[in-house]
Parts: sequence; C-alpha cells; structure tokens
Amino acid sequence: MAVVRDEQVSVRSEDEVVRVRQFAREWAISLGFGLVDQTKIVTAASELARNTVIYGGGGTVRFQALNDGPRRGLRLTFEDTGPGIADLQLALKDGYSTGTGLGLGLSGAKRLMSEFEIHSTPGQGTRVAVTRWK
Amino acid sequence: MTDGAKSALPSLLGRYEKEILEDWVKLQLASDTHRADLVTERDVRSESQRFLEATRTAIANGTDIRTPEWNDVKNLLTELSQSRARQGFSPSETAMFVFSLKQPLFGRIRTELAKDPAALADATWAATSLIDRLGILTMEVYQKGREGVIQRQQEELLELSTPVVRLWDNVVAVPLIGTLDSARTQVVMENLLQEIVNLGAAIAIIDITGVPTVDTLVAQHLLKAVAAARLMGADCIISGIRPQIAQTIVHLGVDLGDVVTKATLADAFALALKRNGLTVTKVAAVSSGS
Amino acid sequence: MERIPILKMGRYLLVTIQVDMHDRLAMALQDDLMEQIRRHHAEGVLIDISALDLVDSFIGRMLGNIAAMARILDADTVVTGMRPAVAITLVELGLSLTGVRTALNVERGMELLDTAREERETGDGRRQG
Repeated sequence: MAVVRDEQVSVRSEDEVVRVRQFAREWAISLGFGLVDQTKIVTAASELARNTVIYGGGGTVRFQALNDGPRRGLRLTFEDTGPGIADLQLALKDGYSTGTGLGLGLSGAKRLMSEFEIHSTPGQGTRVAVTRWK
Repeated sequence: MTDGAKSALPSLLGRYEKEILEDWVKLQLASDTHRADLVTERDVRSESQRFLEATRTAIANGTDIRTPEWNDVKNLLTELSQSRARQGFSPSETAMFVFSLKQPLFGRIRTELAKDPAALADATWAATSLIDRLGILTMEVYQKGREGVIQRQQEELLELSTPVVRLWDNVVAVPLIGTLDSARTQVVMENLLQEIVNLGAAIAIIDITGVPTVDTLVAQHLLKAVAAARLMGADCIISGIRPQIAQTIVHLGVDLGDVVTKATLADAFALALKRNGLTVTKVAAVSSGS
Repeated sequence: MERIPILKMGRYLLVTIQVDMHDRLAMALQDDLMEQIRRHHAEGVLIDISALDLVDSFIGRMLGNIAAMARILDADTVVTGMRPAVAITLVELGLSLTGVRTALNVERGMELLDTAREERETGDGRRQG
C-alpha cells in the first residue's frame, strides 16, 4: 500500500478544528469522493478533531492519501499527548461521555469510516486513525 | 532479436515512403475488407499517408512503441480507432488497416534487400513485430471504448430504473424495480432525498411492488432512507409489500418501527392525499340537455 | 466576535446558520436566543440549517439544547432545510435529534409551529389536575 500524499496539521484550538474540517473536505473532494462520502468524512474528522482539542489538550492530525492496488482511500490520524483513555471499551460505547457531549465522538466516527483504529495509554496520550476507502 | 532501429527498416521507410504508400492504398482499396460504403478513397489515402509519415518519423528513434517518440503514432491510431468505431467499423476491420501495411512493406524489403538475406530477415522481423504491436493497440483502444460505453449504459440504467415522480403537490413516489443491491439502493435513496428537497415534497412513497426479494441489507438501507427523510422534515410510506416480502421481513427480524406500510401504491397515495387534507370525490353526473 | 443574527418574524424568531460554527459562537447563539425569546415573548424558533454542509454531534447537541431550553420558555423549535447528505450522515452517525422537530423549509417550518402551538394549547386545555 502506498501513501501518495501526506500532510500534518495542528489541532489545538476551536479555529483549528474548523480548519481541519475544511482540509478534510478538500482532501475528500480531490480524492473523488461523492458528496455523501465527503460529508461522512468531514463529520468524522470534526468529531475526532474536537475530541483532540477538548479531551486531548490539543494535538495533530495527519492526512494521507492511500493507494492500495486499485482502490484509493483517505486516512486521518489524530494524535495527542493528553490524559489518554482508561477504558476504551466504555469510550467506544454509544452515548458514553465524560463531558457534556452526546458521547458519539468515537463511536460515531467509527461508524462513518471504513476502518477505525485507536491506541491510548493513560497519562501518555491517544492516537486514533480512521480510513475511508472509495 | 535485433533492435529494429539497427535494421534496415527505418532507412527503407525513409527512402521509399511514397512508393510504399501507393502500394498500400491500392491494396486497401482492392481488399475485400474495404468498406467503400463507410470510407472514401480520399480518406483512405489521407489516413494512410498520415500514419506512414508519423511512423517514419518515430521509427528513426527505435521500434519500442512505449517510448514517447511513438506518442504521435499512437494518438493517430487511437483517433482512427475511435472514429472508425463510431462510423460502424468492426474492430477487425480497423486492425486490418494496420496489418495490411505488412504486404507492401515486406514487398519493398524483399526487393531492396534481396542480396542480403540476413538484413532481409532482420528488417522483416522488425516490420512484422512493429506492425503487430500497433495492430493490437487499435484493438485495445476499441475495447476500452466499448467498456466506456458499457459503463455509461450501466449508469444510465441505474438512473432510468429509479425515477422519482411527483404524484401530487407535496407527494413524490419512487417505484423501485428489479433486484436491489447495496450500491443501487443507496443511489436511489440519495436521489429520493434530493427530489424531496427540490420539489418541496413532505410525503415520499417508496413502492417496492417491482422488487422480487428483500434482504437484510436492503431493508436496512430502506429504513435508513426513511430515517433520513424524517430528519429532513419529510415522511415516507412504503408500499407494494407482497406477502413473500412481508414474510421475509419478519423472518429477518427487521424492525420497521413506526414506518407506515401499505399493500399497494394506490393505498399509499390515498393516505398521502388524506394527510394533505384532500379527498377524491366523484363528480356529480351532468344531466343531459339538448 | 461576530454573533449570529436573530430575526423576528411575527410571533416567531428566525435564525439562519451560515457559518462554520465554533463552540464560542454556538454558546453565544444559545444565550442570545433565550434572551430574545424572553424579550419578545416569542412562541416559536425556526433554525434554518440549509447552508450547513455538516452537522456533527456538537451541532446536534446545540440544536437539542436550544429546543429544550426554548420549551421551558414556552416556545417550540423547528429545524429547517437539512440537506440530504447531512441527513444521511446523521442517520449513519446514530444521532437522532429527539425533541427537535424538522421541516423542509422555513415556510413549512412556520406552518408546523402554528399547528404545534394549537396542539399544545388544546392539549393543555384537556389536561387534568
């Protein structure tokens, strides 16, 4: 599998969350995703970007365009050095939230994308990678 | 196998281009694959001339048609192949245009190199392998063209079979026909939702009379479409559910929730009118007068 | 900081969301709306999201909050103009927006507010104790 394009952006503030959404939209469009898929990608990016800022204390997101044989995909990797998630199972459950959210950030993003991967160590940080294949 | 450029072929082509062209055109016109009904003598001459010219130029750099020097020749053949396909030529007929160059070319090679058998063999080999590759190229272009047509037809079929119709003010219907697969159902649902917005229709009837089977995936897509329509401020009625499908739905354990279902499109339409505060009444019979 | 304008339309208030909202703006909108409902004794709120190409759980939460708070102030809320791609994504996301009524456009939204008020008032009349 080849990474055809690669870019990393900071996600440390609300304004940068907005910027991440715009980037996600641009990348999705340039990879030829249809409108509905674009919306799913940007929505997932918004959820995860917010999580990174609010719960992770800010971090980065990496955009990658992937070529896996005939199929093309977009991968977003959110990383922070925040408090981490102690109970991943619980965090991935619908409706679970430690804040005032609807608790759909992680589980929602998972549903909207083709692949979802999460690594988290309490006290060290969290990394979430989501991929949508065309 | 020697590199064609080192053979005598390029110089032969350079020196005797005119003669080869004459022989070639004559041959094409006399051949029984010549389509006098589709192409004039002038066209044959001009196409052949352009091809020969381009080949002569390109071959000076070698006979590997993958190199950029051969792009002009390839573009020419692509253009030719596409235009001939449009005119109604079969792919073989188009390929024959290229293959028919062999005879005049071999003839010229034999005449000029009769005294040098090794060079004759090299040049002949170079010529035949080059022409074979170019002939195959025209077939490939033709094939790609057909694949493009098939794909476009498939897309059109997809759209054709799922029109969203406006039944009345505020009421649209989409009659689903044929076997539904995941991709198609999604396309239909997106179309339906867009038409709901375009027409400002708050009631959408999804009629599945023409759908032979429903599996869990399709049922889920239908339910998602209904949920999406609701979120937008419209409501859906599913009609045309045959007894077998009703059975399948129950067996699969699909929960239709509070989605309204009707046996026929007519019933669904009547309900839609009712929701709009309308009824259908019979016009009083007009008494006959003279 | 810019604030989202709130228009008075008879008994109702109309908000048209056109920007990519961040948290501060959303908070300000909620505060402004509640203030305006109180000041004008508004009976309903129309939130037009036809310009939004995205509704995530944050916006969904905001809409739900507005509907709940407005209800406490005796006003109904209708969200109008949701785009198909957004609706499809919300269904996939699992966000149900309960407590939020929706309509295809502002005009339909107003009709809905009219009937909603009637229903509530007739209901109240029939309520016992």
